[in-house]
This record gives sequence, C-alpha cells and structure tokens, in this order.
Amino acid sequence: MPAAADIGLMILACGLATWLWRGLGVLLSGRLNPQSAMFEWVSCVAYALVAGLIARIIVAPSGLLAQTALMDRLLACAVAFIAYRLARRNMFVGLVCGVGFFMAAGYVRSVIV
Amino acid sequence: MIAQHRRAFATGAREALGVPAAVLGAGFLGYGSLAADAGYPVWLTLAATFAIWALPGQLVLMEMQAGGAAVVATLLAVSLSAARFFPMTLTLMPLMRRGSTTRGLWQFLLVAQLVSMTTWAVAIRRFEDRDLEDLEARWQYFIGFSMVCIGAAAVCAVIGQLLIGALPPLARFGLALLTPLYFFVTLVGEARSKASIMALVCGAAVALLLHAAAPGWSLLGAGFIGGTAAFLLQRSHARRG
Repeated sequence: MPAAADIGLMILACGLATWLWRGLGVLLSGRLNPQSAMFEWVSCVAYALVAGLIARIIVAPSGLLAQTALMDRLLACAVAFIAYRLARRNMFVGLVCGVGFFMAAGYVRSVIV
Repeated sequence: MIAQHRRAFATGAREALGVPAAVLGAGFLGYGSLAADAGYPVWLTLAATFAIWALPGQLVLMEMQAGGAAVVATLLAVSLSAARFFPMTLTLMPLMRRGSTTRGLWQFLLVAQLVSMTTWAVAIRRFEDRDLEDLEARWQYFIGFSMVCIGAAAVCAVIGQLLIGALPPLARFGLALLTPLYFFVTLVGEARSKASIMALVCGAAVALLLHAAAPGWSLLGAGFIGGTAAFLLQRSHARRG
C-alpha cells in the first residue's frame, strides 16, 4: 500500500480526471448530440469498465472479502437481485436480503467446518 | 436570494433526504468499510468522496492502488469509469443555463462537480415540473439536492470506516460486500438497452480473463476491449434486425 500522501495526490489527480468529463459536458452542452455513435461507444466503455470492476471484486477480491467463499458471494448477488425484483425494484430490500444471506451463509460455514 | 429561490433550495434538500440519500448512504457505508480495509485514514476517505464524487471511480482507484497498478493505468481507468458524466452534464446543463445572463460559465463548471448518477437522474425528471420552470429555481434546487446527497455520502462513509473495526467478523464481511452488491444490483437491474447488457457481459468476461494475466491492466482492458466489443456487436445486431 502506498503512503497516505501519495494516495492523497492520486485522489486529487483522479478527481481532476473525473471532473474533466463533467466540465467538457458543460463546455460542449447544446452543441453535441447525445444520441450519436461516439456517445454510445463511450458509454459502452464506461459500462464495461464498471462491470469488470464489480466482477473482479466479487470473483477475485483482495482484502477482507478474500477470506469469504466464492460461492457465498455469487449466491448473495443472486439473492439480492431476486429480492430487488420481487420487491418491485426496491434497493433496500435487495441489499438487506443479499447481505443477510451472505452473513448467514458465512455463519453456517463457520459452524460446519 | 428571493423567497422563491430559497424555497427551491429547501425543496431540493428535502427531496434528497429520503430515498436518494439513503441508497447513496448504503453504498458509501460499504465504501468506508472497504477504505478502512485498504488502510485509508478517515481524511483520505473524505477527500476521495469530495474530490472524485463517483463511487465507481473511487473503487477503481482503491482496487488498482491496492493491486499496485501503474499510475497512468489507474488514472486512465478512473477517468474512463467517469465517462458517463459527459453525456449527463451535456444534457443537464442547458436546462439550467439556456439564456441565463446572471451566472458565468465558471459557476456552471463548478456546479458540474456535483453531477452524479443520482443527482442527474432526479434533476432531469424534476426540471420538467411546473415549480421548477425558472432557471434560477432549478439552479437552487440542484445545489440543495446535491449538497444533501454529498453530505449523506460523506457521513455514511465515515460511519462505515469507524464501524468496521468495532464489528464481529461476520458483520464485517457483510459490510464489505455492501458496495459491490449495490453496484451489482444497480447495473444488472438498470441495464435496459441491448448495448448496456452486452457491455456488462463483455466487461465482466474480459476483466476476469485478463485478471490472471495482467491484473494491473484488467480494468482498462475490460473497458476498452469489452466496451468496444459490446458496441460493435450491438451495431451489427441492430443492422441485421
């Protein structure tokens, strides 16, 4: 892990890199068509990157989550999503059910093993 | 500030204080716990939340730094994860700015920092309503709404960070899973267009395939390779059908 000051510098740089997109949108607003192919590609890239991030955290996490079972993490995702849909797209119900399942599964494992 | 505008600010703040702040808060509660796990002191967690104000980007930064990825790769990946803000501000700003003579460009550039998925989605919908027809009222509403969102996120991140040390292991694992779970449900639940569904599948597949070979580049690869593949697949599909 890098030193706190280095992380701080990176945070500032990343803040600027993130803001650039927001600022660019302000500067070009009213002059570009948000339905164009270029936009579609940009949003595909952003979507795929975030999907890759979440897939990596769930399948091959570092830190705390690395101590938990892959099957439990995958099932927790399924449980959260199903609960979210059953509760008419209620994020809270989804998260509570997913996290609840995950902790219950972890408990059962600790008792059995 | 005249009374009508002060009211718009208060309306924005009040409307953020329900579901939007709570859902964001859950995501940032988990972020705080992950930050503690990654060795961030509280001030860095807050700095990241205020400076970046985009949870996916904050997670990308944390993941890649923990994995020892190259600085350039990290910056590029964080920036790309935020590319969605471009079409957002592009469509939102004209609604607050068109014909405005009272505010300068720099003020809009500053307020653009407040744009996030949540604030954008709510503002775009609310600006159609009768009570927010006035440009200045919209400006005030947006700032009121965004301030409460950022405040709730910051408070929850700190709570998550401080809580994780005090919890038993099982609850710690649950808290650490909260943010990835939140994004999983949001991404899969909100993917309506064919292009976004394909981007999700391709991005996840490429990230996992690359993870073993080049972990420092797997997120960038997921974005560029997976995103471009999804884009091309969707195009050829649309042309055929």
